[in-house]
Amino acid sequence: MPEATQPDSDGVQIDLISGARMEGLTSMEKIRLILDGVRDGNIVILEEGLSPDEESKLIEVTMTEISPDEFNGIEIETYPKSGASDQSFLDRLMGRESAQKLTVIGPANQIETLHKDETLISALVSRR
Amino acid sequence: MGLLTDLRDSISRAVDRMFSAEEPKRIGIYGPPNAGKTTLANRITRDWTGDAVGPESHIPHETRRARRKEDVTIERNGRTVTIDVVDTPGVTTKVDYKEFLDHDMEKEDAVRRSREATEGVAEAMHWLREDVDGVIYVLDSTEDPFTQVNTMLIGIIESRDLPVLIFANKIDLDDANIQRISNAFPQHETVPLSALEGDNMDEVYEKIAEYFG
Repeated sequence: MPEATQPDSDGVQIDLISGARMEGLTSMEKIRLILDGVRDGNIVILEEGLSPDEESKLIEVTMTEISPDEFNGIEIETYPKSGASDQSFLDRLMGRESAQKLTVIGPANQIETLHKDETLISALVSRR
Repeated sequence: MGLLTDLRDSISRAVDRMFSAEEPKRIGIYGPPNAGKTTLANRITRDWTGDAVGPESHIPHETRRARRKEDVTIERNGRTVTIDVVDTPGVTTKVDYKEFLDHDMEKEDAVRRSREATEGVAEAMHWLREDVDGVIYVLDSTEDPFTQVNTMLIGIIESRDLPVLIFANKIDLDDANIQRISNAFPQHETVPLSALEGDNMDEVYEKIAEYFG
C-alpha cells in the first residue's frame, strides 16, 4: 500500500482493504495490489472479496510467480458459500455478481488455517 | 394418440441427429491434487476406448499438463454420449518443492517438478475459463471437502453456468465419508465411487450420460 509507513521488522503488517478502494480497480489491478502486499509478507484482508473470475485469475497469476526458496504461493480464506442459490439467474445474467465476502490472503509459509466453517475462520499468522 | 407418438418420435430422432452432428463436449476432470483424477480419467477411457490418458501416482502433481482423450463414447440406458475427457492438473494456491523431497526426490528434480506443477495449475485454470463445456469435480472422500480451493473452484464453475457432477472418490477406503461431501455441496449431485477399484461405475456412467448427453 503506497500510503503505509514501513513496519518494524519483527511485526506482521495487516492491510484491510475496503470495498470502496477496490471498486474502481480492474481485475489485474486488484490482483497486483493483493500479490504485491502478500509478496512483501503482509496479510491482506478484503472487505468485499473477489469475483469467481478474479479468483481464477489470482490463482493463475500466483502460479506464475512461485519461485523456489522465495515465494511458495498464497493461503486464501473466505467463508464457504452456502450454495449457488443466494444469487439469482437474473443477477448473473445482468452481471450483478455477489462478490461480497470477507477474504483473507497471506503468504503460504506465514499463514495457517486452524479452523473454518460458514461463520468462523481461525488462522495462525507467523513472522517470516 | 398414434399420430402424436409418431410426431414425438420423429422430433426426438431429429434432435438426436442434430446433437450427434455436434462437436463432442469437452468435460474437464477437476479437483485438488491426489483426489484420483487421472485414475478416474484412465478408468473411463480404458472402459470405453481401451486406452489410458496418463500415468497415475500417489505423489502430488503427477499430472502437470492437461491431457485430452477425444471421442469417448459412453452408452447407458439407451443414451449415447460422446465426450472429450480432459484430465487436468490438481488445483492449489501453493506449491513448495520441499514437499517432493519427502518422496525421495533430489532437489533439482523437486524444483523442476514444482515449476511444472505451477505451470500445470495455471493451464488448468485457463482451460476452465475458456475450453471446457462441463466439469466432473473429483474429491477424495477421506479428506475434508471444506477447503478454500474447493470452495473457489465450485464458485468459478457455478459462475460460468457449467454443468457439474461431484464425484466422491476412494469409497473403498475405511475412513471415506460421502455424506460430508454431499453436505458441503448440497446444490450439486454427489456420486460415490472408487475409480481405482471400479466400484459404482455403472452409476458414474449413467450420470455422465444424463448430465453431459
